[in-house]
Amino acid sequence: MRRVSDVFFARPEATIFVVCVALIAYFAYRNSTFYSYYNIVVMTQYMAPIAVIGAGEVLLLDLAEIDLSSGQVFLTAPWFVVIMGQHGVPLGWGIGLSLLICCLIGAFNGSIVVWLRVPSFVATLGVNYVLAGWVLIASSDITTDMPGTTGKFGAWFGLSNWSEGLWGLGIVLLIWALLKGTKFGVHTTATGGNELGAAEAGVRVRRIKIWCFVIIALVAGFIGIIDSIRIGSLDPAAPGLNEMLAGVTAAVIGGTALTGGKATVVGTLIGAIVLGVLEDGFNLIGISANWFILVEGAVILAAMAINVQLGRWTLKTARR
Amino acid sequence: MNDAQPQVAADPEDGPPGQAVSETDAGRAGSLDRFGDRDVILRTEGITKSFGALIVLRGIDIYLRRGEVLGLVGDNGSGKSTLVKILCGFHRQDEGEIFVEGERAVFHSVKDARQRGIETVYQDLALVPALTVYQNLFLNREITRFGPLRWLSSNKMRQMARQYLDDIKVQVSSVDALVESMSGGQRQAVALARATHQESKILLLDEPLAAMGAKESALVIDLVKDLSHNRGVSMIIIDHNYQHLFELCDRLNVLQEGRISLDLRVEDTTMEELTAHMIAEYRRRIMLGQQELRV
Repeated sequence: MRRVSDVFFARPEATIFVVCVALIAYFAYRNSTFYSYYNIVVMTQYMAPIAVIGAGEVLLLDLAEIDLSSGQVFLTAPWFVVIMGQHGVPLGWGIGLSLLICCLIGAFNGSIVVWLRVPSFVATLGVNYVLAGWVLIASSDITTDMPGTTGKFGAWFGLSNWSEGLWGLGIVLLIWALLKGTKFGVHTTATGGNELGAAEAGVRVRRIKIWCFVIIALVAGFIGIIDSIRIGSLDPAAPGLNEMLAGVTAAVIGGTALTGGKATVVGTLIGAIVLGVLEDGFNLIGISANWFILVEGAVILAAMAINVQLGRWTLKTARR
Repeated sequence: MNDAQPQVAADPEDGPPGQAVSETDAGRAGSLDRFGDRDVILRTEGITKSFGALIVLRGIDIYLRRGEVLGLVGDNGSGKSTLVKILCGFHRQDEGEIFVEGERAVFHSVKDARQRGIETVYQDLALVPALTVYQNLFLNREITRFGPLRWLSSNKMRQMARQYLDDIKVQVSSVDALVESMSGGQRQAVALARATHQESKILLLDEPLAAMGAKESALVIDLVKDLSHNRGVSMIIIDHNYQHLFELCDRLNVLQEGRISLDLRVEDTTMEELTAHMIAEYRRRIMLGQQELRV
C-alpha cells in the first residue's frame, strides 16, 4: 500500500492517467469508430491547442500565477498575420513578427504583474479583453480567410493530418524539458514554492516570472497560427477564454496545483487527452454536447479531490 | 554621542571584562589595528539602514574572527535580521562599509556575498518545500551542462549532496526526498548543509532554532558545533534563547534600538548579567527619551 501511495505522491499525474486509460477503454468498447485513423487524427487536432496552452499555464501555475489572456493570444496571433498580410508583409515575415508581438504581450503581462504588482488574474483578464476588442475592431467583425493554407508550407504548418498534433506534442515536450531538466525550471518551481526563499537564495524571481509569461504567449500564439492554417478561416467573435479554460482544466486535472510549486506537464498532456477523449467519445456514442460540459466539471472536481486527499495522506505517512 | 553611557569592554585586550568604555569606542572593537588582518574575517564600519522613516540600524560596527561564533542578541525590531540581510547582500546599507578578510566588499546581491564566502540560513529557511533535498542544496548553484541550455547534471548533484550530508553527519531518508516531507529539525539541518557545502567561510544564522523541540534543537546545535570546531566556519547567530547562545557562541553583541550596546565574551559573563545589562540599557534609553522630551 505504501508503495502505491509513493507512486501517487511522487507522480500527481497518476490519477488522471488511470482515468484516461479507463475512458479510452470505455469509448473504444462502446464505438469502434473511436480508434479509427481519422478519429484519432481529429482528436489530436482538438487536443493540441489545449495541451500547448495547458503546458504554458503549467509554468505560470507553478509560479502561483495564471494567464487568462493565453486563449485570446491563441486567437489573436493569426489576426496579426492576416492584418500584416493585408499591408503587404510576406507570410513568413508576418508569422515571425506575429510571434514577436505575442512575446511582447507576454512581457507586458509579466511586467504588470512584477513591477506594478497587479495580480496576474486581473492583469491578464484586462489584456484578454483588450486583445478581443482589438480583433473585433481590426477585422470589422468580419470572418476572414487565413493565408498560407496551400502547398508544402501549409502541410508543414497545420494542413497535413498529423501536423498540428505533432507540433503540439513537440511544444509540450519542450516545456516539459524546460521545467524538469533545466536551471530555469528549478528556479520556476522554487519561485512558486517559496518566492521569498528563492529570492534569498539569489534566484531572480522577477525575471523568471516575466519569462514564463513570454513563453506562454509565444507558444499560444504559435499553436494559434497552426490551428488557423488548418481551419483556413478566422472568426473574430470566437471567445478566447474557452481555450484558456480548457488549458487550465487540463493542467489542474493533470495534477498541477493552483498554489504554486507543484506542476506536471506530463499530467497536463494526459489532462488534454482526457478532455479530447471525453468530447469525442460523447459525440460518438450520441450523448449531447451539453453533457460534456457537465461531465468536464465533475471530472475536475473528482480529480482535484482525489489529488488533494492523496497528497495529504501520503505527506502524513512520509513524515511518520 | 557625548551623553552616551559607558559600556562593557569589547574584548579582554581592552581591559578586564565588564570594564566601561565609551560608546564611541565600543563599536570600534573590530578595528583591524587592534586585532590584525589575519584574525578578523568580517568587519563592518558605521552601517546604517532605514526603511522609509524608520531607522533600523544606526552606525553598526562589528567584527568576526576566524572560526569564531558571534551571537547577536536583542529584542524584536532591534535590527538583528536587517544587519544579517545586509551582510549577506539581500539588503544594501544606506551608509557604512563591509570588509571581508580586510578588503572592502560591496554586495549588490546575495550572489556577490556568496562569492566572498558568506552564506546565510534565514529565519524562514529559504528552502523550497516542493523541491528535493539535493535541489535545495544546489538552489541557484546548480551544476549544469550543454552551455547556454543549462541542462541540469542531476546525478552529479545527487552524488555530491549525498557525500556532503554524510560528511557532516546529517541524516535524511534520501536526497530525492521532498523537503515538505521532512521534520523541522531535518529541514534546518538541510538549510545549514546548503549554506556550508560550497566552502563558505562565514555563516550567518537567523534564528536557526526557532520553533524547534529539544530533540531537533540538539540535532542543529551539534551540527553548528561541528561546523565551527571541525571545519573552522566563522558564524554570526541570531537567537532569542540565551541558553542556546551561551552553548554555541564565543562572543555576544547586544543590539538595542539599532546600536551595539554591548560586546563581550561568553566565558566572561553569565545569563543573569546579560539580562541585567539589557534591562538597565532599556531603562537608560527610556530615561534619555524622557529627558529629551522635557528639553
